Amino acid sequence: MTELRYLAPSSLDEAIGAFATAGSAGRILAGGTDLLVQMRAGVLKPGLIVDIKKIAEMTAIEETADGGFRFGAAASGMALAEHPRFGKVWPGVLEAVNLIGSKQVQGRASAGGNLCNGSPAGDSVPAMVAAGAIVTVQGPNGRREMPVEKVPAGPGRTNLLPGEILVSFTLPPRPKGSGDAYLRMIPRTEMDIAVVGVGVSLTIKDGVCTAARVGLGAVAPTVLLVEDAAKALIGSKLDDAALNAAAAACSAACRPIDDKRGTIVYRTKVAGVLLKRTTAIAAKRAQGN
Amino acid sequence: MAKLHVSTIINGEPMEFLCEPNDTMLDALRGPLGLTGSKEGCASGDCGACSITLDDRLICSCLMLAAEAEGHEIHTIEGMAHGDKLHPLQQKFLEMAALQCGICTSGMLVASDALLRKNPRPSEEEVRFWLAGNLCRCTGYDKIVRAVLETAAEMREAAQ
Repeated sequence: MTELRYLAPSSLDEAIGAFATAGSAGRILAGGTDLLVQMRAGVLKPGLIVDIKKIAEMTAIEETADGGFRFGAAASGMALAEHPRFGKVWPGVLEAVNLIGSKQVQGRASAGGNLCNGSPAGDSVPAMVAAGAIVTVQGPNGRREMPVEKVPAGPGRTNLLPGEILVSFTLPPRPKGSGDAYLRMIPRTEMDIAVVGVGVSLTIKDGVCTAARVGLGAVAPTVLLVEDAAKALIGSKLDDAALNAAAAACSAACRPIDDKRGTIVYRTKVAGVLLKRTTAIAAKRAQGN
Repeated sequence: MAKLHVSTIINGEPMEFLCEPNDTMLDALRGPLGLTGSKEGCASGDCGACSITLDDRLICSCLMLAAEAEGHEIHTIEGMAHGDKLHPLQQKFLEMAALQCGICTSGMLVASDALLRKNPRPSEEEVRFWLAGNLCRCTGYDKIVRAVLETAAEMREAAQ
């Protein structure tokens, strides 16, 4: 039996060194709300746990010089909610992060963990995709950046290379007239797993949508960036024809499974319905900005 | 296996304990620390019976490794009353019969206290959403929600 070791390094280099050396026996501990459950269930038996929360960059939340935001992969949802500006600039990202679990879970769970857990139904991921988040990852061969939608590889898998750790998310500066929103369909009112999740981020100028991104969750092996839905919205006044076209693009992008939470037919239909509702909320927020 | 030595502050007092790397904070509280007020319901972060605060943030102690407590400050249900004087929430839960079997109660109290510190004037909806992570199989929640709202009102009055 392999013995479990726990490390809480204060530097990223130390964390990467230990994590890379441990190979497949290593697990990163951010909020732990997935990892500890998986260990408890016997699904995972790591030989090394690297707690990254003592590394300042991993939990920092800051506005960048150009008006964007950068926050550490291990920053908790509650920490983002308590930030005086984050939720004003990115209300959709914040509402998505804080749909994850209970208040207790939100006190620990991070967007980085939600992404790296690789669930197609992770609530924060479609909102991050819509926001155009760029992730910074660092490994034994240095630091690189990638669009957030390139991280998931399939259920429970990511495109991070061996020894790489997700360090931070960078959200771009917001032009005037921008808004974002996230909605998910669940059979309960709280603490459930998305049957469908839709994130929309858009910019409106003189009544016309000038930029849009749509993220779609829980309807395919990974969260999707639906470019055809965005194309249908851009250049329109978000009229019924544009919304119907964008909804149809979302439904067309679905490759869902049938399970106890929802059938293929249901998920495919709801993806379109949620696109319209989420766009309406994002558009309303854009008017106020 | 060498045990880990952890130094932390629990309910305002510096504490040290030994733990295994895979022990949860709940294991440490109920084991070496002898603080059995926090309960284990589900051990997977769903029921909230093990609720504590870590640096004033509400969390499930079953979803935290004991080793993570190093250098942090923890509050548990044991720190809620001042000697024999119950916290207003505890008093109100008793008066309004907001508990039956009691397994969820310490978690409910810790979570409610965290809410009222953040938001002294919560709506009923806010109380219900905040306590969504605390499951109770006895009361049907109504008495709990009413007790929290009533306590909030009384604490606001007392603060004036």
